[in-house]
Amino acid sequence: MAKVLMKGNEAIAEAAVRAGCRFFAGYPITPQNEIPEYLSWRLPEVGGTFVQGESEVASVNMVYGAAASGCRAMTSSSGPGISLKAEGISYLAGTQLPAVICNISRGGPGLGSIQPAQQDYLQATKALGHGGFKLMVFTPATLQEAVDITYKAWDYAERDRNPVMILMDGCLGSIMEQVELPEMKEPDRTHTDKWSLNRPADSTRGDRVLTPYFPEALLELQNTSRARMYERWAKNDVQVEEFMLDDAEYVVVAYGIASRSAKEAILNLRKEGYKLGMIRPITVNPFPKASFEKLDYSRVKGIIDIELAIPAQMHDDIELQVKGRAPIYEYCRSGGVLFDDDGIYAAVKKICDGGAK
Amino acid sequence: MAVYKRPDTLKKTPSGFCPGCMHSLATKLIAEVVDEMGQHKNCVHIVPVGCATLNLVYWGGDVLGAAHGRAPAVATGFKRSNPDRLVFAYQGDGDCAAIGLAEIMNAANRGENITVIFFNNQTYGMTGGQMAPTTLIGQKTTTTRYGRDPETTGYPLRMCELLATLEAPAFIARYPLTTPKGCRDAKKAIRKGFDIQMAGKGFSFIELLGNCPTNWGLTPLQTLDYMETNTIPYFVPGVYKDKFKDGVK
Repeated sequence: MAKVLMKGNEAIAEAAVRAGCRFFAGYPITPQNEIPEYLSWRLPEVGGTFVQGESEVASVNMVYGAAASGCRAMTSSSGPGISLKAEGISYLAGTQLPAVICNISRGGPGLGSIQPAQQDYLQATKALGHGGFKLMVFTPATLQEAVDITYKAWDYAERDRNPVMILMDGCLGSIMEQVELPEMKEPDRTHTDKWSLNRPADSTRGDRVLTPYFPEALLELQNTSRARMYERWAKNDVQVEEFMLDDAEYVVVAYGIASRSAKEAILNLRKEGYKLGMIRPITVNPFPKASFEKLDYSRVKGIIDIELAIPAQMHDDIELQVKGRAPIYEYCRSGGVLFDDDGIYAAVKKICDGGAK
Repeated sequence: MAVYKRPDTLKKTPSGFCPGCMHSLATKLIAEVVDEMGQHKNCVHIVPVGCATLNLVYWGGDVLGAAHGRAPAVATGFKRSNPDRLVFAYQGDGDCAAIGLAEIMNAANRGENITVIFFNNQTYGMTGGQMAPTTLIGQKTTTTRYGRDPETTGYPLRMCELLATLEAPAFIARYPLTTPKGCRDAKKAIRKGFDIQMAGKGFSFIELLGNCPTNWGLTPLQTLDYMETNTIPYFVPGVYKDKFKDGVK
């Protein structure tokens, strides 16, 4: 299929349509506005529904309603709006409903800034709402990867009956790149018949109750089965890029937009003889633990966490895997300030030269 | 032949609503209308947070539990992706008129083709009787020990009047469940709302004035007198908006 030049947010939106998404509700917030704007005209073209909700709270609850019937549904937002969606995301997880939630993240906390940042990592991976549930969280680094992940997101969501999060940043949402779009999937709700409220006129199924409210013993059972599902993710669903690790003495850990800047710095420093590699989580939950276990710590002199977040939010996850076998360094920018042309280059070089603590 | 029976759309489960509580009466009236319309298998009951959450257990037909106040948004999402289903949300006064005010106003303003049945008993029943947005002036609750004081808590919110200012809604009415006539009027209004929805004609809102013997500290019979004297004069029954005065066709 021919490649097309698309903006990140629009590429995600089109990939969602092609994945069979037929319901979107959202509320304007920068830097994700092209997603609802695109879907506002695109979804009606394919018989789908776009609703501009009165709030992020209402929007995610509309998605909850649509998802309950087996309809592939999505909402998108950015940091402050994701906080508002927390209630609905918890309800989706509690009721075991599939949906896709996109966070095109920006600087925080509070209103923060509208520039790109990676300051929602902890929220996305540890506590997207009350009750202690988890989502699979994907962090694409290119628009092609964003398209491919979006296209597959509902397969995971429906397999698990659990929402999936795509955690991108305003930079990837705004840039344009060539992408190859996948084929159009026709929406089909029949595979949701075992659990959804989909009920065509000829259906013979009994009445069904979908709710996140349970008697306590049943709730404990459900939480136990969810815990097992999280373990299965860790075993089967990790996605990671391991870049130039074979002889690496310093290992960069970065995801999303930060990993692109980092990769360029690594290639430049390699030319100068620095043996650098990178672990790039594509899923930050489940976290790519095995990639850290495989490292030869008799050779690896340091791990370098590079993020657009201060304080570094991935640091604790890295530390849990490194287990003290190598020092962990950080190079971070935050608040919507991006890496300068040679910021990572200079910082990593200094670390490798022993000049950083 | 039985002339009075349990509606098929209610499960054969004993009710856990307090004795004398009108939630069970309201639920029964809705179930009777659903039965009469032959919509048992086609209806979806969006259940709120509050006492009416109990309807997760009692209601026959499909049920979907919504977050507190969000039932009209959940109903919007469900109905838009399933336009042929009969979708109604049932909300209490805290759910609808406080935490969910944005959702009800905007669903009504969009003219969503859904029905919202609003049970107004002037208190938060499930949490133990705190002040609701509809609590009457002077009414004692667990958070207004000396009676609701408008100086600090404002005035009881009239939802029908508020929603009737909007252009889009098709049908808005309020009836008390205190008398047989009130119940008959309420049932007719629910039927009209559902008929409007099934004809694809837009948003309907039916407010049912109810009681809460437990949290009002009155016997069920005393609540009837209380409502005649206090509730009904403030929340005046009647039709507030009707785009289909001559019937739905």
